[in-house]
Amino acid sequence: MKAGNRPLSPHLEAYRMLPNMVLSITHRFTGVGLGVGALFLTYWLTAAAYGPEAFARAQSLMGSWFGILCLLGFSGCLFYHLCNGVRHLIWDTGRLLSKEELKFSAFVTVGAAGALTLITWIAGFAMGGG
Amino acid sequence: MVEFLLPKDSRVRKTGITYKAPGGATNIKKFKVYRYNPDAGENPRIDTYEVDLDTCGPMVLDAIIKIKNEQDSTLTFRRSCREGVCGSCAMNIDGTNTLACTKPIDEIKGDVKIFPLPHMPVVKDLVPDLNLTYSQYRDIEPWLKADTAAPNQERLQSEADRAKLDGLWECILCFCCQTSCPSYWWNSERYLGPAVLLQAYRWLADSRDEAKEERLEALEDPFRLYRCHTIMNCTMACPKGLNPGKAIAEIKKLQLERRG
Repeated sequence: MKAGNRPLSPHLEAYRMLPNMVLSITHRFTGVGLGVGALFLTYWLTAAAYGPEAFARAQSLMGSWFGILCLLGFSGCLFYHLCNGVRHLIWDTGRLLSKEELKFSAFVTVGAAGALTLITWIAGFAMGGG
Repeated sequence: MVEFLLPKDSRVRKTGITYKAPGGATNIKKFKVYRYNPDAGENPRIDTYEVDLDTCGPMVLDAIIKIKNEQDSTLTFRRSCREGVCGSCAMNIDGTNTLACTKPIDEIKGDVKIFPLPHMPVVKDLVPDLNLTYSQYRDIEPWLKADTAAPNQERLQSEADRAKLDGLWECILCFCCQTSCPSYWWNSERYLGPAVLLQAYRWLADSRDEAKEERLEALEDPFRLYRCHTIMNCTMACPKGLNPGKAIAEIKKLQLERRG
């Protein structure tokens, strides 16, 4: 907090971005991503309820490169937020909070989120054929 | 309030003074140090000091004392014990908060960047104003509270109960963790911060203290306790190897148990 005429010391520009910080802020960003993704999901479901033409339009939009990019981002956000959410739940029990465990669980979280996203897309293309 | 940019009068100027090492020095390391002089009426700046490591002690504190003795006597910083016990020389070195006296220079690659503890009002150079943090420490009433009559001897503890204080009593109140926490940066007026919460837990964990309910009640607040979002910079920063993040998690657990 700034006090009187005294300058405030540098913070973001002085502090090194440690992995734990990156994961924490990513959790926030992916949370926002999920909110935006929910809008897409709602549009898709509404289109299905609206009629075949509207649904076909929605399908073609989702199948375009832009749609696929958005869905990739959405699924990535979902799995990251899920995995790190589980990490948060474990933290709430007082576990996994030592320096070593923080580093290890960070690797597991990012790895699991990446793997789940990859598996989902491979399965999606294998079953639906794109 | 979240403000990513520094206020106008706090922004660091690009132009600073460079102090050359004496001729003949071969093992030179550059120290880039935050400077602010309240009497100059100017914004802070970064000065560069070339230090001859062949004639310097191993720690960052040795280097800044050498700078003050030999190159620039106006450089201002706090220091006392030079062995990680007093907590005076806490500062931001090479991007993380630590004690200058226990940070070896050879752990730092490239130039050594030194700032005061982050997001604090600066009194001069590397000396932050810690008044707010001290008042927050006072706020948690860091003393033993007991209503039962004082015994004729010390209030005794079992070895197991005493062991519960390990990892808590060692805190030297250097505030490396406190000022490493982004939650504290954005909400320091209302969030107590990791150092103060670790101290709060130190009294909650004490078998001799009889004010648990009262202490927990005072902490049950969306800001005072729950602004901790488990970013965990505190635990990464602590130069004593303590775990403020875990202490906060334990307080949150106690709150849950209390509500049943």
